[in-house]
Amino acid sequence: MNKFEIFKNGITKENPILVQQVGMCATLAITTSLLNGIGMGVAVIAVLTGSNIVISALRKFIPDEVRIPAFVIIIAAFTTIIDLLMHAYTFALYQALGVFIPLIVVNCIILARAEAFAFKNGVFDSAIDGLGMGVGYLVAMVLLSSIREILGNGSILGLRILPEAYEPMMMAVQPPGAFILLGLLIGAVNYLSRKKKA
Amino acid sequence: MNLVSLFITAFLVNNIIFSQFLGVCPFLGVSKKIDTAAGMSVAVIFVITLASIITFIVQKAILDPMQLGYLQTIVFILIIAALVQFVEMFLKKSAPGLYQALGIYLPLITTNCAVLGVAINSIKFDYSFIEAMVYSIGTSGSFMLAIVLFAGVRDKVDNADLPESLKGSAISLIAAGLMSVAFLGFSGLKL
Repeated sequence: MNKFEIFKNGITKENPILVQQVGMCATLAITTSLLNGIGMGVAVIAVLTGSNIVISALRKFIPDEVRIPAFVIIIAAFTTIIDLLMHAYTFALYQALGVFIPLIVVNCIILARAEAFAFKNGVFDSAIDGLGMGVGYLVAMVLLSSIREILGNGSILGLRILPEAYEPMMMAVQPPGAFILLGLLIGAVNYLSRKKKA
Repeated sequence: MNLVSLFITAFLVNNIIFSQFLGVCPFLGVSKKIDTAAGMSVAVIFVITLASIITFIVQKAILDPMQLGYLQTIVFILIIAALVQFVEMFLKKSAPGLYQALGIYLPLITTNCAVLGVAINSIKFDYSFIEAMVYSIGTSGSFMLAIVLFAGVRDKVDNADLPESLKGSAISLIAAGLMSVAFLGFSGLKL
């Protein structure tokens, strides 16, 4: 697989949210506005790329038997770094994302990439894989959070775009809207990928 | 806050799946049959409660006095991973029947964000030890409520005649959304 294929793989064929459907908790919880979605997406890109690079660099030194705890510590270290950085520089976003920043640790996509890719491949390839998967995650977050913000608030990034006559659909930013809209989004992705194959 | 209302709030009003979105992965993954859903949730209740006791003590007795609060994430996830491993070994030796029933779910719990989420939240909300206990039992109970109810719904959904693209997780999410509407009804509950 060449470098570009590895990168593209995470965005389309193996998109973490829309295709593999892992790491749903944060996706459902914080996509109430586009800004939150982008913030979470960028945080995941940083943790995923960082942990992929370090795990891949250490793969010859980590014994096979204790690899999972080792992965978890490396991932937790990167999550803590992001947590502290966001606390210091983007405090409003930090408060909006709340408990879901430390919970990046248990986001299955990161552990899954460590196990399935970084532990078996070189540093550079792993970095690209992390970046690709992270961007795929970001794309899904941006899609879902824009839909929710437009429907539920009539705005995008806080700017009102729909006419005043539009009555915001509160449901879209409340918990049920998250489940239903993500379900429909996954359905749409299934539909498109089936059509492409046929 | 009195303990009964704390419990009801954690159990119904702030349902862990439908309003806090913690533990959605196992919720979607292990809700195909009612009995496996029940088995998983018993394991989750057990681990969440035990994990919050230990993380609470570690936070108050070690991290706070030594001002190591920033290590919370790393320390908690290690405690949970070790705890799950330990519980697994303990059950294997002393309660083989229970181990048989829960065995396959236990390793999955480490990456269940509900466990870490509840542990972090009870510190963040500044609960006392008793309150933290009630909160974690209520919350993990609400996980059981949600997953067992949903397993029943899913039984019907999986046999329904659906458009091909919506089959599987898409329709599960939509069904979960509808259940979440029902749980939204509890949000006006004042105690």
